[in-house]
Amino acid sequence: MDLGPYTGFILAAYAVFIGIVLVLIAWVLIDHRAQRRRLAELEARGITRRSAQRELERP
Amino acid sequence: MSLIDLANPTRFLALVQRTLPWLAGATAATLALGLWLGWAAPDDYQQGATVKIMFIHVPAAWLGLFCWVLMSASALGTLVWRHPLADVAAKAAAPIGAAFTLLCLVTGALWGRPMWGTYWVWDARLTSMLILFLMYLGLIALWRTVEDPSRGARAAAILILVGLINIPIVKFSVDWWNTLHQPAAVFRVGGPTIHPSLLWPLLIMALAFMLLFATLHLAAMRNEILRRRVRTLQLMRAVAQGA
Repeated sequence: MDLGPYTGFILAAYAVFIGIVLVLIAWVLIDHRAQRRRLAELEARGITRRSAQRELERP
Repeated sequence: MSLIDLANPTRFLALVQRTLPWLAGATAATLALGLWLGWAAPDDYQQGATVKIMFIHVPAAWLGLFCWVLMSASALGTLVWRHPLADVAAKAAAPIGAAFTLLCLVTGALWGRPMWGTYWVWDARLTSMLILFLMYLGLIALWRTVEDPSRGARAAAILILVGLINIPIVKFSVDWWNTLHQPAAVFRVGGPTIHPSLLWPLLIMALAFMLLFATLHLAAMRNEILRRRVRTLQLMRAVAQGA
């Protein structure tokens, strides 16, 4: 595909778009893993929310 | 599940768990279609192939503005109704809004250089968009500065509502002032002035950006709820150790 004399500008714009979207996706995935890990560590030490404790105590 | 049930973070997390894979799939499919239509679209008679930058620049600009409006609705939810998820929604949206506003500014500069002969000019549209980006950064900094979420929520909500003034300024800047930036070509009285061969790829890309935003926003809200649970448990542990 011939994009004419401004190929570099067009490709750079799409590269920035892809880069920003990938950074956003990585941000939510990495943050999710980090929060899940911290929550699991705390719960492994027996520290749970009251609502979670009630669910455990329920027969 | 009624709307009021979503005020419960646990029920909201269950809903996110179910909807996120579908939303991500719809985003990927719509984005692929939009990119394909955009690359297959004909060149503009004046701007040539650089018009392809429009398919990412314009949806990014719309989303940057939409995100602030959404945060304003959340700010009202925080201040008026004290909705438990309102601040979570606003805080999760801010980095995404900032990223799309940055994308708009960078792609605009890359489009401006070949068309206007310059990357940047201090005209009303570009300057008001830069101010929007700086407001996003200020808001994120505010949330990071105040450690207690409930205290930070009210301050952030007030800042968001004050910043809402900038949204109509961005939108109507090309009408109110003599700008290098072109006037509105899609959302205008009298209908769009863009040829359908370029308008349809633009609208499909705008839909893809909206779906992308919804996916990222729900995922970021889920993370924020988990972060607050971690904070609560850490406080409980500190109290237990102190007792």
